[in-house]
Amino acid sequence: MSTLETVLDVVSALCLVLGAVLSLSAGVGLVRFPDLISRMHAGAKPQVLGLLLMLLGALLQVGWSAVPEMLLVAAFQVVTVPVATHLLARASFRSGAADRSRLEVDDLSSQLRPLARPSGTAGPQGSPVEGSAPDRAGDDGSGPVDRGP
Amino acid sequence: MTVLGVAGVVSLAIIGVGAVLTLVRLVRGPGSPDRAVASDVLVSLLMAGLLVHMTVNGSDTFVPVLLVLALLGFVSSSTIARFLSPSDREGE
Repeated sequence: MSTLETVLDVVSALCLVLGAVLSLSAGVGLVRFPDLISRMHAGAKPQVLGLLLMLLGALLQVGWSAVPEMLLVAAFQVVTVPVATHLLARASFRSGAADRSRLEVDDLSSQLRPLARPSGTAGPQGSPVEGSAPDRAGDDGSGPVDRGP
Repeated sequence: MTVLGVAGVVSLAIIGVGAVLTLVRLVRGPGSPDRAVASDVLVSLLMAGLLVHMTVNGSDTFVPVLLVLALLGFVSSSTIARFLSPSDREGE
């Protein structure tokens, strides 16, 4: 094997192991972080970086034929994962699933109408259904929601 | 035992441990948003496993699969976010 192939193999191996360690850190963060919002951080950031590193390692081995598609995969991953996490974080924040008392800077609560039910009470078992089902994320069905500017 | 072979086995083992931890969060997570995040991470781990296979074998057979997973892997958590209601918080 030529020197260039050996170097490429070693670099690909390093990228693979580093990407795997980053994915492991995402899993560890998911289990260890105390709060939903922190877990979203853990699930989005190291995972995407690990995937980018592993894409680089795979690109070095597969060759030039796969470069456009791999670049597309990287671009889509970078674009879609933060969007999905942001949507989920905002919806869980507005529905009360996220614990607002843990936040140091809270810019969104002042823009929203306060929740009809505080997030510390017990679950909905036995609570009556309030009219029709809510048709918007985070809407508890009891009136117009102030979505802010 | 080539460098790539050893690295492939080690990477798959590490990804497997990460997947088990994500499964713990998927089972335990109080409420739907935790489970949505865990399923998102599981799809990314699936992509990572496919990438390990591609690197070790040097084949580009699974690149379209990677593309589809990257495009559609976030749809589940976005759909859950769309339909979250106040009854999905902790202690349900």
